[in-house]
Amino acid sequence: MREELKIDNDQATKEMLENEEYKYGFVTDVDQDVFPVGLNENVIREISKRKEEPEWLLKFRLNAYKKWLKMKEPNWAKLKVEKIDYNSMSYFATPKERPESLDDIDPEILETYDKLGIPLEEQKMLEGVAVDAVFDSVSLVTTFKDKLAELGIIFCSFSEAVKDHESLIKKYLGRVIPASDNYFAALNAAVFTDGSFVYVPKGVRCPMELSTYFRINAENTGQFERTLIIADEGSHVSYLEGCTAPKRSTSQLHAACVELLAHDDATIKYSTIQNWYPGDKNGKGGIYNFVTKRGNCVGKNSRISWTQVETGSAVTWKYPSCILTGDNSVGEFYSVALTNNWQQADTGTKMIHLGKNTKSTIVSKGISAGQGQNTYRGLVQVSENAQDARNYTQCDSILIGDKCGAHTFPYIEIKNPSAQLEHEATTSKVGEDQIFYCQQRGMSEEDALSLIVNGFCKEVFKELPFEFAVEAERLLSVSLEGSVG
Amino acid sequence: MLEIKNLHANIEDKKILKGLNLSIGKGEVHSIMGPNGSGKSTLASILAGKEDYEITDGDILFNGESILEMSPEERAQEGIFLAFQYPIEIPGVSNSYFLREALNSIRKSKGEDPLKPVEFIKLAKEKIKHLKMDESLLNRSLNEGFSGGEKKRNEILQMSILNPCMSILDETDSGLDIDALQIVANGVNAHKDANRSFLVITHYQRLLNYIVPDFVHVLVGGVIVKSGDKSLALELESKGYSWLEN
Ligand SMILES: Nc1ncnc2c1ncn2[C@@H]1O[C@H](COP(=O)(O)OP(=O)(O)OP(=O)(O)O)[C@@H](O)[C@H]1O
Ligand SMILES: [Mg+2]
Repeated sequence: MREELKIDNDQATKEMLENEEYKYGFVTDVDQDVFPVGLNENVIREISKRKEEPEWLLKFRLNAYKKWLKMKEPNWAKLKVEKIDYNSMSYFATPKERPESLDDIDPEILETYDKLGIPLEEQKMLEGVAVDAVFDSVSLVTTFKDKLAELGIIFCSFSEAVKDHESLIKKYLGRVIPASDNYFAALNAAVFTDGSFVYVPKGVRCPMELSTYFRINAENTGQFERTLIIADEGSHVSYLEGCTAPKRSTSQLHAACVELLAHDDATIKYSTIQNWYPGDKNGKGGIYNFVTKRGNCVGKNSRISWTQVETGSAVTWKYPSCILTGDNSVGEFYSVALTNNWQQADTGTKMIHLGKNTKSTIVSKGISAGQGQNTYRGLVQVSENAQDARNYTQCDSILIGDKCGAHTFPYIEIKNPSAQLEHEATTSKVGEDQIFYCQQRGMSEEDALSLIVNGFCKEVFKELPFEFAVEAERLLSVSLEGSVG
Repeated sequence: MLEIKNLHANIEDKKILKGLNLSIGKGEVHSIMGPNGSGKSTLASILAGKEDYEITDGDILFNGESILEMSPEERAQEGIFLAFQYPIEIPGVSNSYFLREALNSIRKSKGEDPLKPVEFIKLAKEKIKHLKMDESLLNRSLNEGFSGGEKKRNEILQMSILNPCMSILDETDSGLDIDALQIVANGVNAHKDANRSFLVITHYQRLLNYIVPDFVHVLVGGVIVKSGDKSLALELESKGYSWLEN
């Protein structure tokens, strides 16, 4: 079997050299088990069967599928997207050898993760960061699992959680994002494959960063991740996801659902570094990133904080949101979205204030270069019972060149007059004077641009765990390459 | 060190410099005075390599080589420094980070190793003390919210850290209080030596009491109409520019 598994190293290197801007564009050539293209009930039954799922979960999927069939693709976002043919892609791909442990993982795949900067081997693991590695439709391995288990923390793949912690999954799945929530959420509920599950028990402060690394490898395959994070009373957890995919000339769909639930006095910090393949300079290929992310601060004094750095994908459509149910709960959204070449992003958040004294903060930084189009779309809703709700929104856009665009659509719905809202918005161009100033001090134009843009994003980057803030800065610089001159 | 020959420059078809000649030797201090709009800042920007200008005639030699084709950063790396009349702000980029990036870019161009953050901070703290500036200015965003005088002093701080051999100071004295003027002048004088030259643009003779020029030039309407020693500045102070214009 092993002999059959080979990585086309030469091709990978060639591709990497060809396009330095996206250095994660290589393909791992492993023997994969991929479903035939197309979507129907049988495909869903087969996914469920492969995963040895209980009957209720199959029902959950089939119900979602039925609803999805009746729904229409949303088209209100400011995006130009080619019609997606849902029957032209495959809904399940997995390396043929399902590893029992780290030792069983194909060395080619381990090397892939090494190249991506996330070594999975025990001796090389990142200190203080537990990783769940999801390769196409399956989770390969989760590091530091045992150490976390000593504290009662569950961190494992979603599929494993269905087997080992069925009651928790049954209790929480779809509770924050109902299957019928929106078109892509319904599709995800029907066909989701893998993702991570986190449960932090009462009063436990998770001692390390938990992170999931999503990698799309197979061609013509959609990735439908499902992640669920539960923070029980008084607990605290910080979670990070990272994403990359090979360069391909056809677009691929990634439609994820992430549900967060924070009980009394609990805090969940969720960070994303999204670096899916953005397509080439002419807008060919790239990932369609249609994601539903929502957290519910069900408990009083709970807090959910989203931080995202979105530099990849051809199209990004996501609005990580907070439902502030518990009194005194806090929701935060810090976002950097960069669009270069022909990338499009329509992203923002929803802050739904239900409880008393709830507070939300939105800081959005949009960067547009090339022909990129960047839209912030945000809703702040204050319900009748949400006495003394407060929101602060700051939306800044920066333009590089004159062919790109930035758009801001803030929606506000207030049903309680005690609400206090503050909104600030700015749009600026990277000033020639700023660039010249830096050059006069000895920096190249590209270094100057990345310095200025990183400064622009400072307020968001400081919300990221330290190791990842450095990565985010680097990523931003790389994504901006070629946008000056 | 710096030789400007018959320099003609336009911006948007408007003639600003009309045949300017100026030669600055090693270790010399030259001062340029002249009425508002006469082209002083234009000259400074052109020396630094700003692209908005069209050079229609003439040449600029630095250490014997024409720099007209050089990018602004190459000129900076060669040792040309401009203290801006209006220093710009870069939000979110700390003063010290900016300066370290700048210094390391210059070091890199010379094949030197970058300074580590600790080494840099030591250097910056030492220099900032000389300029009697508050250390907290190092951690603040570059020039953002700095007072007018703080911005000017910060330019001199940058000069003393980047260590250029040709410094052009564009009205660095404007907006400084009397004590600050003295401190900035001390900073400049401390930087002065046999290999470092200065071009000091100013409206006020007062500055030249502290930074004593070897030559004073008067720029009117895009050309140098008169040159002399430091006494020329005193003469201008009492007579104004009108007697030189025609
Ligand atoms: N971008 C521009 N477009 C048109 N005219 C310009 C531009 N920049 C400068 N000028 C003009 O060039 C002339 C010279 O300007 P410059 O800033 O060099 O004067 P200066 O001698 O430095 O004046 P001051 O003493 O007020 O600083 C002025 O008339 C100015 O209006
Ligand atoms: Mg001027």
